[in-house]
Amino acid sequence: MVNGDGIMLQMKGAGLGYNGRAIVHDVDLEIRSGDILCLLGQNGAGKTTLFRTMLGFIRPVYGTISVDGRDLSRLSPREVAGFVSYVPQSYAMPFSYKARDVVLFGRTAHLGIFAAPGRKDRSIAMECLEILDMAHLADRSFNELSGGERQMVVIARALAQEARFMILDEPASNLDYGNQVRVIRKIRELAGRSIGILMATHHPDHAFMAASRVAVLSNGRLCHNGPPGEMLTPQTLKSVYGVDVQVFDSPDDGGGTRKVCAPVVG
Amino acid sequence: MKGASLLLFCVCVLAGFCILSLGIGRYPVSPGTIVSWMITGGSADGNVPLIMVGIRLPRLIAAIAAGGALAISGAAYQGLFRNPMVSPDILGVSSGAGFGAALAILLSMPAAVVQVMSFTGGISAVLVAVAVSKAIGRGNDSVLVLVLSGIVVSSLFGALLSMLKYVADPLDKLPAITYWLMGSLADIRMRELRTVLVMVAAGAVPLMLVSWRLNVLSFGEEEARSLGLHTGMMRAVVIVCATMVTAGVISVCGIIGWVGLVVPHISRFVAGPNHRLLLPVSFLIGAAFMLAVDTVARSAVSVEIPIGIITAVAGAPFFIWVMKKSSIRSW
Repeated sequence: MVNGDGIMLQMKGAGLGYNGRAIVHDVDLEIRSGDILCLLGQNGAGKTTLFRTMLGFIRPVYGTISVDGRDLSRLSPREVAGFVSYVPQSYAMPFSYKARDVVLFGRTAHLGIFAAPGRKDRSIAMECLEILDMAHLADRSFNELSGGERQMVVIARALAQEARFMILDEPASNLDYGNQVRVIRKIRELAGRSIGILMATHHPDHAFMAASRVAVLSNGRLCHNGPPGEMLTPQTLKSVYGVDVQVFDSPDDGGGTRKVCAPVVG
Repeated sequence: MKGASLLLFCVCVLAGFCILSLGIGRYPVSPGTIVSWMITGGSADGNVPLIMVGIRLPRLIAAIAAGGALAISGAAYQGLFRNPMVSPDILGVSSGAGFGAALAILLSMPAAVVQVMSFTGGISAVLVAVAVSKAIGRGNDSVLVLVLSGIVVSSLFGALLSMLKYVADPLDKLPAITYWLMGSLADIRMRELRTVLVMVAAGAVPLMLVSWRLNVLSFGEEEARSLGLHTGMMRAVVIVCATMVTAGVISVCGIIGWVGLVVPHISRFVAGPNHRLLLPVSFLIGAAFMLAVDTVARSAVSVEIPIGIITAVAGAPFFIWVMKKSSIRSW
């Protein structure tokens, strides 16, 4: 659906913040299509600020952010939306749209100002619902869906936007255990469609399950930018979250092993 | 297509209301006579064409335009502010228009000047509200700041209006101001009608055209922007159009409350939340509602009842009923 062609979303030496005051300094970050980059950090570490900058809502205080070699802060909302889609945390809406219509709103950037979506847009929206296994809920009211289902529908909406990069704000955080795993699986699938993914999470395990790379925001800096197995050591986790965590290799489930976390509670 | 049949149904209801309304009045005309006059252009009763063209038709068209316009701008505002409790005067257009009209009446201006000053007052109030929110928000364009500025400006113009009423001559000017504020279609002639129609068309047509994008705005500022919507421009279009429509209607009809709040609710109840369908349905239901109200206003008793009174008396219980019905489903 989306052909990446090695396009990059890139921050170079960027200071992020509001009103000319940076709260996160000297960020160097790049996401290629097909990557999954997990962003970890405490609440208030600046994850939201980083996302808002990546989406062009705010300009970097200094440094640059570019997509496909173009300065992101010079692009119109419509042009940005053509490159980067956004999945906010799940929520309820003031008006009760059908799931099908919610996904259709992902087509906004592709439509003229006076236009309404046509047959092609509708079929793309349905395709995206099918990719996320949500097609059977197309005619249900969005607000009546469960948290996990809403999250999938909003991801389908981002997919319908046909952008090369997708930014997800804690996509699995308010879900039950099964749905967390389902969402992570779908995110891996999307990366397989050469979409570049940047997601925030509070669970290091999510990074082990999904990420090709992790980055940790802490003390106003972006650090530990690299493969999850090398970056998320017990020492790093202790320094970020302030608790002792053991990291193991899981038994081989046929698809290889991966790291798992076990916090020390005793 | 469910939407198309719903629209057709609304059009038929409105057409039926039109024929009934044209027949009702001091000189009753049967629906059959009206239909045959509409088709042939003539009638066995020589008075019928005179009454229709000279008196009832302009008023009927004005009622349709005013009701439809208030309803459609209410629906657009509810989408813009993401709140089903918002009405078209949230940014102060009504109190500004009321102040302008009262000032003109106080200065014994002719009717045309009252209209112009009322229109100018309505537009100015909204401009002040927008300017205040820009100044306070400092580029951080939040809807909340805008609404609060609207409330402040509204109450400021309300106070100024009270002051004008306080100093107005209680035997002559004060009743005129009070009556104007309660709203009426009694003074509508062809000249006023032209003004209203131009205003309504100039505002309602762009609103209809951007109606699908209005849906996207209801996700909130940042999310709408991430979907590729130019939110600032979209908001400007909606505010300019809705304000122009509302100020235009108020300037010739006086202040007519409730329609812009109640009708979009009812419409959302029957048409669903998609603005693509919601806006035209709101227009049609608003038109039918206003036509019914105005017919009652001019024919229930031997003197005109102000429209504002009827819309509130009929609207309040109906609104409560709709709220009860719809609170079962989420908005």
